[in-house]
Amino acid sequence: MADLAGIDWAVAAVLLPLIGAMACFAVPRAAATIGLAAVAVTGAAALALGLQVAAEGALTVPLGGWGAPLGIDLRADGLSVVMLVMTAGVGLLVSLSALGERDARRRRYFWPLWLLLLTGLNGVYLSGDLFNLYVMIEVISIAAIGLTVLRGNLAALKAGLEYLFASMVGAILFLLAVGLVYLNYGRLDLSGLAGIAGAGDAVLAAVLALTLVGMALKTALFPLHYWLPAAHAGATAPASALLSALVVKASLYIVLRLFQYLVAPSEVMVTLIGALGATAMLWGGIQALRAPRLKLLVAWSTVAQVGLIFVAFARAGADGTAESWKAAALIMLAHALAKAAMFLAAGRIKDEVGHDEIARLDRSPIRPTLAQFTFALAAISLIGLPPTAGFAGKWMLMEGAIAAGYWHWVVVTLVGTLLSVAVFSRVLAGFLRFDRVRGPLGEHQGWALADAPPLVLALGALGLGLIAVQVLAFLEIGAPLGGTTGVWP
Amino acid sequence: MSPDLIYGLAGLAVFGIGFFRALTLAAPLRRVLALKLCAVGASFLLIVAAYRQPPVTADAVPHALVITGIVVMVSAMAVALALIHRIAVLERERSDG
Repeated sequence: MADLAGIDWAVAAVLLPLIGAMACFAVPRAAATIGLAAVAVTGAAALALGLQVAAEGALTVPLGGWGAPLGIDLRADGLSVVMLVMTAGVGLLVSLSALGERDARRRRYFWPLWLLLLTGLNGVYLSGDLFNLYVMIEVISIAAIGLTVLRGNLAALKAGLEYLFASMVGAILFLLAVGLVYLNYGRLDLSGLAGIAGAGDAVLAAVLALTLVGMALKTALFPLHYWLPAAHAGATAPASALLSALVVKASLYIVLRLFQYLVAPSEVMVTLIGALGATAMLWGGIQALRAPRLKLLVAWSTVAQVGLIFVAFARAGADGTAESWKAAALIMLAHALAKAAMFLAAGRIKDEVGHDEIARLDRSPIRPTLAQFTFALAAISLIGLPPTAGFAGKWMLMEGAIAAGYWHWVVVTLVGTLLSVAVFSRVLAGFLRFDRVRGPLGEHQGWALADAPPLVLALGALGLGLIAVQVLAFLEIGAPLGGTTGVWP
Repeated sequence: MSPDLIYGLAGLAVFGIGFFRALTLAAPLRRVLALKLCAVGASFLLIVAAYRQPPVTADAVPHALVITGIVVMVSAMAVALALIHRIAVLERERSDG
């Protein structure tokens, strides 16, 4: 064990998937084997890092011995580890469900792209440096666009192109923000920047505006969500699950970090973020009610859930963000598990039934009951019924909002919750109606091993609610950075 | 007007034109070009601003940022062009068949 303890798990979590991606690309015949092994080993590294952080607190790794401000630091604290482990867990289960892919071209390109995506995600969660964040978010974008167009048909390509344009604009804005930070403060490491910036600084306002718009484009916050539904609905099932569950979280994470290190959010800023989130929640819900197809409905629900995460951040005003970010992180976690389960289940239903038109689901004599059950479980978490993780997140949101007297966020969240009940009832009613079926009904048709990964994910979303207290305690590890952060306690 | 103010305003103008067109144009190839302009404008701003640091020689770090930005933009551009080409091929096939 003495040797094992010497391994730099943070470095391993970034390098292992990168090496795996290259190996998958070089040996396409063994891509699935190499890919699955790389994801599993990366997950193990994330867990080991988690244990280390739990034992020793937040840790910083200067890469190559070059520390900040000149070199690049990797930094792992409670929030990073929770995101890493979430990525590893969801990623492993989605990988398992991707093993069933029969199309040779998709099978060949899925694994290098997904591992490259994993590299970028882990890189973002471990970055202690603004410029590193920029590079890693671009690695994510390129890999995510590859996954979006993996299906290879015209609709997927067009959606991917739209996504690419949105992502490129976001990248330019973020690069400009990073450059401004350097020119004004002379450094890019987050820990060094904490506390340097004074409130009311004009350059800082520009940096904030550029980053927020850039990240809103990448995470699809209303009104910059226009590219998301087509992109997420048009991809293959495992790719949709990865895009919706994991990719949007990286840019959300950057927003959280920005407020943690760079600038204390002002009341106006928080209200604006919350208002955009609330609109996203309502608009996403309404569009999901109108969506003709199952996958499109699930994609619109992602728009609504991203809105909910921003509302959670804004729930108690600027002074409350010291606690509110934990509610946001918890909902991010809940959404990752439930949405991955839901997209995979939707893909299974489409495979078995042969279409995913919601209006015709009740006429199908084939009932993939296990996938439907998984879909329902995931819906319960997204709606936020106890004891799911979604419930824990929403509970925390409303508790904080009520305590701080921000009743409007409570009302908005309740309306959004009602909307999602209506949205998922549309689908569940189709699952449960049998009177419109002509011909014999197969009760247990369409059960397959491929139902296992989404079911485990959905059960995970259910079970996570039971250990929400422990997750919240873990999130707090190392969050204050040498006592210099203005916002986080 | 000092030279760096002129450079700075020019960079901002190029960035603005590119940004505006990237959001408003419909034709994919034109949007790629608009994005290129936008990126060039942003890079130009950072390069010019690097000369305004207290030592009169340029600060190398913003230049390094811009070089990385160029690498990222070139690869994103390549992906965009490949997608546009593939879309054109598929659309031609569909209208022929």
